[in-house]
Amino acid sequence: MLQRLITSREVLLLGAIAVLLALIASRFPAFVAPSNLVAVFNDTSPLILLAIGQMVVILTKCIDLSVAANLALTGMVVAMINVAFPGMPVGVVVAAAIALGTVMGMANGLLVWKLGIPPIVVTLGTMIIFRGIIFLISDGKWVNSHEMSPAFKAFPRAEFLGLPMLSWTAILAVIVLTIVMSRTTLGRAAYAVGGNPHAATYTGINVGRTQFWAFTISGALAGLTGYLWVSRYAVAYVDIASGFELDVVAACVIGGISIAGGIGSVGGAVLGALFLGVIKNALPVVNVSPFWQLAISGAAIIIAVAVNARASRTKGRIILKSAEHAV
Amino acid sequence: MLMHTQTDAAAATAPILALDGITKTFPGVKALDGVSLRLFPGQVTALVGENGAGKSTVVKTLTGIYQPDGGDILLDGAATRFATPQDAAKVGITAIHQETVLFDELSVAENIFIGHAPRGKFGLIDWTTMQRRATEILRSIGAQIDPGHKLRDLGIANKHLVAIARALSIDARVVIMDEPTAALSHKEIQELYELVETLKAQGKAILFISHKFDEIFRIADRYTVFRDGQFVGDGLIDDVTESELVKMMVGRDVSQVFPQRESHIGDEVLQVVGYDHPTEFADIGFTLRRGEILGFYGLVGAGRSEFMQALFGITKPSKGVTKIDGMIRIIRSPADAIIHGVVYVPEDRGKQGAITALPIFQNVTLPSLGRTSHRGFLRLAEEFSLAREYTQRLDLRAASLDTDVGNLSGGNQQKVVIAKWLATQPKVIILDEPTKGIDIGSKAAVHEFMAELAAQGLAVIMVSSEIPEILGMSDRVIVMREGRIATELAGEDLTPETLVRHAAGI
Repeated sequence: MLQRLITSREVLLLGAIAVLLALIASRFPAFVAPSNLVAVFNDTSPLILLAIGQMVVILTKCIDLSVAANLALTGMVVAMINVAFPGMPVGVVVAAAIALGTVMGMANGLLVWKLGIPPIVVTLGTMIIFRGIIFLISDGKWVNSHEMSPAFKAFPRAEFLGLPMLSWTAILAVIVLTIVMSRTTLGRAAYAVGGNPHAATYTGINVGRTQFWAFTISGALAGLTGYLWVSRYAVAYVDIASGFELDVVAACVIGGISIAGGIGSVGGAVLGALFLGVIKNALPVVNVSPFWQLAISGAAIIIAVAVNARASRTKGRIILKSAEHAV
Repeated sequence: MLMHTQTDAAAATAPILALDGITKTFPGVKALDGVSLRLFPGQVTALVGENGAGKSTVVKTLTGIYQPDGGDILLDGAATRFATPQDAAKVGITAIHQETVLFDELSVAENIFIGHAPRGKFGLIDWTTMQRRATEILRSIGAQIDPGHKLRDLGIANKHLVAIARALSIDARVVIMDEPTAALSHKEIQELYELVETLKAQGKAILFISHKFDEIFRIADRYTVFRDGQFVGDGLIDDVTESELVKMMVGRDVSQVFPQRESHIGDEVLQVVGYDHPTEFADIGFTLRRGEILGFYGLVGAGRSEFMQALFGITKPSKGVTKIDGMIRIIRSPADAIIHGVVYVPEDRGKQGAITALPIFQNVTLPSLGRTSHRGFLRLAEEFSLAREYTQRLDLRAASLDTDVGNLSGGNQQKVVIAKWLATQPKVIILDEPTKGIDIGSKAAVHEFMAELAAQGLAVIMVSSEIPEILGMSDRVIVMREGRIATELAGEDLTPETLVRHAAGI
């Protein structure tokens, strides 16, 4: 039933994206040309990477507001490493970015787990701290394109089978996380913790530790995205991806991840991100002011939540009916 | 077997407030079944009954929180209804609850007058009048409290006095006291008695709910007994003895059928020594053998669930040793307990039992994931076969094991929770109020099943507040009172009267 519900919710969202694309195509057929769809997917890849990490966190009844700041700090650090050691292989740089992001995610997770501070407060705090650290280490200065090594900048653009590595990275992360969520004890624990923390405790699941790992996953993905972002745009400064955490949460909400925890899927987060990505890329093409983009994104969030709320209400009625029969 | 003692000639006055044939049904449970209750001016009526007799429901009905499904509420002889708690407050009905419902961050005066503060010009709060009247009321009940202090700074006893002052500030005619002495010291209780005398002298009708027989006989004028949501009898306290009251509380005309068991009690499997907790329980020790059902009886708040949670590793006792099969086992978390073969089926199923958003098979395997996974990776085929095995044993009928637990009936959800624990292959299973809030048919099924578990050699601890269940199922009963073991009963000593006496401390 849950599986069917999620599937139907995902199908619904997929339908919404298809309708959106059809509407755009009716006026601008070029938008749905394969090369442009690849470009839209590539452009949405950072959002996908962050949204699937956020999804795990939200699933465990938490929220991670520090992802964009984590991304920016990691991006600045790897950019400065690249300036200092231009010869360092890209593989090492990527590993460093993931490691740094992981450490920041673990810091969030430890504060939530060991000190019991509400996640929204912890990550609001660390968000500001991370941005502050960028300012301290960079002195407020930018790292510009000409300071970065060619190899550093080339990786996300390098194409393989017609897709840039940025897109491939997102696809790989989606596959790995899908397996983690559906086929490992950690994934199962995340659903259990979000669905009913008390019950999870009684079955021997450590709620705090599960939340810690959720933050760690979110941090690792944010760190990875930090490198990809900075190398793709070939610039690093204090305010990159400023406010992006809200897009990430929005993608999750649109993707049917229950903000109360326990319900959601990696696929849903991906579709939520793609929905926002299509809108963001299509509006300039159809000549709509970018201001409308905000309004449309906002409306999409509310509609998604309303649809999900209605779905769970219907479920409530079914429970009552079956209870009636049982009594 | 109604025992309506007609002594109204003695109490010539008419009741201020009366309930007549009140019925209140919740899904699957009849909380009140045609109960009657009369409250007379200047008299204290004690409402007596076991846990689950319907006392709290009556209080909520009287104060407008619940609407009765049938029957009449008579105020000065005229039928009335309280659609909201405000309606009840308006006619002067006020309740002082077990846990005082007050506001820690507000001052004493504000707490007394919240919702009906004296108003001055422009409808603004008249602070001077409020302060003065608060001082008057506090003085009238002999409370030495500065109305300007924040409530947070007061002790529990003084908070109670504030609650009482609040009750008086609305010109209460009916004061309901729900276990008012539970948190008070001996001296404070004496002061409360004096206060009750003052209220009586002012002609107020008092409904006094208590488990403690000594205080009922000390201050009540009348009694009313409920059992299982039904009216059993009422009358004057002077016409009744303690043992007659106990009989009325526990006597049963409907005899529940419990499975016939032949206990095959085996080796000792669990030994608990010297469990202490700074605030909740002390000096808990007992042994448990294979094939035995050990009942834990006590009043609500006697510390039974708190101890069980410590035994299961949810909370940390200050000291205590657990031996399983003769080996000392350190249990720091539920995961440790499950590994060593101790499982706990908690009382509140909705909150602590099943994860309604997950399918049946995932719920069943949740505590056994260690066995159905390899290096953190799940083995779905093993999960399904484990879930199938245990749901079949419990005769759980569902379209598929993929069905969300949230879509199952209460009885089937209960089966999922039990299947989940059995799948861990435990040695000791702790069932906390296993049949609370489920219908008679499901109850019988749970009892059958419990007997079967014991027959298979499992050791069962059953925490229950239902005397018939305790008597019908247990080989041995430990009675807890105020965080300590009051006594251990078995065989002929195991009677409703002895249980109630030890639990209430009389």
